[in-house]
Amino acid sequence: MKERIEKAYESRPRRWIFEAAIAAVVLLLLIWSGAGVETSGTTQNGGRIALNILSGIFHPDTDLLFNLTTEGVPYLLLETVCIAFLGTIVGAVISVPLAFLSASNLTPKPVAFLGRILIMAVRTVPAFVYGLMFIRVTGPGAFAGLLTMSLCSVGMVSKMYIEAIEDLDTKVLESLDAAGCSAWQKIRYGILPQLMPNFASTAIYRFDINLRDATVLGLVGAGGIGAPLIFAMNSYRWNEAGAILAGLIVLVLLVEWISTKIRVKLARG
Amino acid sequence: MNLYDRLFPPKTFQLENGKTVKQRRSRMPLAVLFLVIMTYLSVKVTGFDMKILISRINQFFVILAQMFPPDWTYMSQVWEPLFATIQMSLLGSVIGSVLVVPFAMLASTNVIPNKAAVGVMRLFLSIVRTLPTLVTALIATYIFGLGTLAGTTAIAVFTFAYIGKILYEEIETVDMGGFEAMEAMGATKTRAFISAIIPQVLPSYLSNCLFCFEGNVRYASILGYVGAGGLGLILNEKIGWREYSSVGMILIALFVTVFFIETISRAARKRLV
Repeated sequence: MKERIEKAYESRPRRWIFEAAIAAVVLLLLIWSGAGVETSGTTQNGGRIALNILSGIFHPDTDLLFNLTTEGVPYLLLETVCIAFLGTIVGAVISVPLAFLSASNLTPKPVAFLGRILIMAVRTVPAFVYGLMFIRVTGPGAFAGLLTMSLCSVGMVSKMYIEAIEDLDTKVLESLDAAGCSAWQKIRYGILPQLMPNFASTAIYRFDINLRDATVLGLVGAGGIGAPLIFAMNSYRWNEAGAILAGLIVLVLLVEWISTKIRVKLARG
Repeated sequence: MNLYDRLFPPKTFQLENGKTVKQRRSRMPLAVLFLVIMTYLSVKVTGFDMKILISRINQFFVILAQMFPPDWTYMSQVWEPLFATIQMSLLGSVIGSVLVVPFAMLASTNVIPNKAAVGVMRLFLSIVRTLPTLVTALIATYIFGLGTLAGTTAIAVFTFAYIGKILYEEIETVDMGGFEAMEAMGATKTRAFISAIIPQVLPSYLSNCLFCFEGNVRYASILGYVGAGGLGLILNEKIGWREYSSVGMILIALFVTVFFIETISRAARKRLV
């Protein structure tokens, strides 16, 4: 028995050359990145600035936080939610045909490949570039932000839709065929029940992300809570920044909690 | 039975053997109603207008058309910020994902029996996760000055929050046999965690880190907008000067880089899991 164990141990897979090579490559990459970190002369009072920021954030400007006009945090949050919501819906609707076109089990390989490259290209362009392009279309404001959000959503949402479509159980369709169902009935009872929970779950997840990313839009003047936040931070009004951040954090936590609940329900059917 | 079922009583069927079955009414109308109301509100607030969109959508392609053909000669100046972006995201991802391991351990209910401690840890991770990356980057530029160090910090914070949540969920699904055996033999919690739980979560942890790194390369290209180094810096500059052919070059360089990194990382992740 002992001999056999030792024999098996002797013939264990030896991959240490491969592993050492990987480790060396990773280490080299890390040293290379570490050497590349640079800063334009750290301000000596960095610590004091950090303290200022912290004290500002923990003493939020309550006037701004509970101001019910269009300048106040509640309205800005509402606008952000609306941008993220409609952006998600528009993005999810655009993604459906795109995903069906790029699913490799439905369309020929070259078409699917082209579709995937297109989706990746859409995903690579940073949000603020889209923002600038849409501002030419609609002028600055929430409308441009919503269009930007929808285009940014398309990349990730269609990628996840493709995965859902490729996981379709075709046996269900075959048995519906055997039972003599029409094409419409096959879609209604064979495809939709399989895809809907997945699609809805993806859209809700993306809504979460969009809400978080909505600050980016403020940079280019495309509405939402980003612009006032960045302005407040750039002019060192940390109390205002603290108020806006507090509102944003509470909102995102709340939405995340609700969306997780809904998604768990969807996943369990 | 909740409120919805009381308002719309479930359909009852009589089976052949005399049994009655109840089919609950679909939740669909409720969801649709909610969607319609939210959409209406959103259209009102954001000023969505299909007419403007259709009549002026060609303006969208004006800048896009000016990006092509890209200015190939500009590529010589893209290399440096491109490498800075990759360095920032690589170092940031590694720092963030290594730092989060003890926090994830403290946030998993099967390792720490104390519910309050776990709750506090999770709240902390959640709050870090809600901080927009751009805001972290901006704060980092105030503390560390302009440059890639600020960007690295922002990416590390983002990775910390993202990996933290996934990791503690992963730890909670682990087989606890080894951990309990080690604790029974008198090993400390940390020792048992390192020897019994880490090997189980390592493949998926590494795979998630690689996935996060892929996304971070994209994110890092935005951070330059607030002065945190990388591609965003020159992207912002060239957009400001309306040199859209250079912008096109930058975007193509970014696209090719992201494509390469994704391909390599996907191959690595396939081997891992």
